[in-house]
Amino acid sequence: MRNIVYWKLLLFALSLLPAVALVWMALQNQLGANPVEKLIHETGEWGLRFLLLTLAITPLRKKFSWNVLLKFRRMLGLFAFFYAFTHFAIYLSLEHFFDWQEILKDIAKRPYVTVGFVGIVILTVLAITSFNGIRRRLGKRWVVLHRSVYVAASCAVFHYLWLVKADILEPVIYAVIWLVLLAVRRQAKPTQQQSTLQARSQQV
Amino acid sequence: MLIKVKNPADVTENDVTDAQLFAQRRSFIRASGQIALGTALGTLFTPSIVDARGQPLKAKKNTRFNTSETLSSYQDVTSYNNFYEFGTAKEDPAINARHFKAQPWTVKVDGAVNKPGNYAFEDIINLNQLEERIYRFRCVEAWSMVVPWVGVSLASFINQFQPSSKAKYVEFTTLYDPKRMPGQNRAVLNWPYVEGLRMDEAMHPLSMMVVGLYGEVLPNQNGAPLRLMVPWKYGFKNIKSIVRIRFSEHQPKNTWQIAGPKEYGFYANVNPQVDHPRWSQKRERRLGEFLKRETLMFNGYADEVASLYQGMDLRKNF
Ligand code: HEM
Repeated sequence: MRNIVYWKLLLFALSLLPAVALVWMALQNQLGANPVEKLIHETGEWGLRFLLLTLAITPLRKKFSWNVLLKFRRMLGLFAFFYAFTHFAIYLSLEHFFDWQEILKDIAKRPYVTVGFVGIVILTVLAITSFNGIRRRLGKRWVVLHRSVYVAASCAVFHYLWLVKADILEPVIYAVIWLVLLAVRRQAKPTQQQSTLQARSQQV
Repeated sequence: MLIKVKNPADVTENDVTDAQLFAQRRSFIRASGQIALGTALGTLFTPSIVDARGQPLKAKKNTRFNTSETLSSYQDVTSYNNFYEFGTAKEDPAINARHFKAQPWTVKVDGAVNKPGNYAFEDIINLNQLEERIYRFRCVEAWSMVVPWVGVSLASFINQFQPSSKAKYVEFTTLYDPKRMPGQNRAVLNWPYVEGLRMDEAMHPLSMMVVGLYGEVLPNQNGAPLRLMVPWKYGFKNIKSIVRIRFSEHQPKNTWQIAGPKEYGFYANVNPQVDHPRWSQKRERRLGEFLKRETLMFNGYADEVASLYQGMDLRKNF
């Protein structure tokens, strides 16, 4: 994996594709009868997809010992932030035209918006602290802080579950993926403990 | 073949009126259903009905309640809407209803009514007495459009069945046929879709029974062949593809009220002061417009209908 840079470039290009497609469709007037709604839905879904993809890295790496995957995790996380923040920005601008009073009321009053907001605040903090310099400076605390990506993902999953009117199929699919990822993570811990226990008992 | 049917393209202006052609086509398809080759003929000749662009309808313009606002485009009106019987995404109905056959069509009328029965579409809709009215349409999801609907006044439609004095409410039911309406294969809503009106709402001159839009037979995705249009209420009240009309003494439970009693009521009058629990109803996005506009009380029809709700708490009766 010497040419990791090329792989990174490829992943970058692929990850940007949905955004490019949306901009292209917007310019071609191909977003349908309600373009703003379309943009909010698409960016929200891509945010959630990248978030879950980011969470999938650690279990996949452990399962298949693909340590190289770790090198892509930050980029995927930053794309999750990129799509979620674009989503939020569209909500602020094209949906509410920066009517701050209305926006604050919306965030305070409606649980699905509240959890979405908590999610984007967390993702913003994680994005800012994702760079090497800050990471080094934060030391151990960085790991603890960045574990909150699980909280952000939970927020996003409930955000989606709570906003649909009647058809919960899609948000349930995402929720199941999220639960599987959580389960895998919980599983990983006991095995670690077990292995240390085993190691100890062998020492004795 | 026994019957020679012309292509719509063959018909010249002075040949037959559009409405007559429409009726002929209906009866032709019915007749063909009765002979052995019915199905084959049906597929041969129904495309003109199934087409996104339907048959033209003759309609007098009734401008009494017209809005002068810009019409939403035919494309937007027929490609973006909710019709969960054909899928829950806004683009689904236009795709999944393409091959739906809305004719022949029968409507069952029962309950507190002097002339109950099973009626064929053409026996209860007089295609020579259609009118066109331009109404605002406001969805509960805060988007809106302006549509030239073609149909008859709901009052005149209902009167032909002579509801009895016990009729305080009228309940409408959508077709339930998962084979033809694939969205019904999933229990997203409590099928079949049911809606209702208070009798005085139904008899209000604004209320319409719609069979077309933009001067054409109603496209399948918009609720062919028969749908309600009550323009001061949220869109979901305007039930589509109606197969049953029942008159009763008691207020029916409408489908969205069953799905979410805290979010959707029986009345569902457009009201910018009463939010949906999950979003504001103050503003709306008109299809084709960039900026949002203020939502009007009773969707701008307050002068006509506010008196229907005098003394009622519209916060409770949302
Ligand atoms: C972690 C950050 C977030 C993620 C991953 C996310 C994800 C999503 C998803 C998946 C949808 C549904 C899209 C669909 O129906 O296809 C959605 C819808 C929506 N989100 Fe977010 N979201 C986030 C944060 C926010 C924030 C901060 C706000 C506003 C304060 C917000 C406002 C909305 C709105 C208004 C909708 C559309 C609701 C509707 O159409 O009924 N989201 N979001």
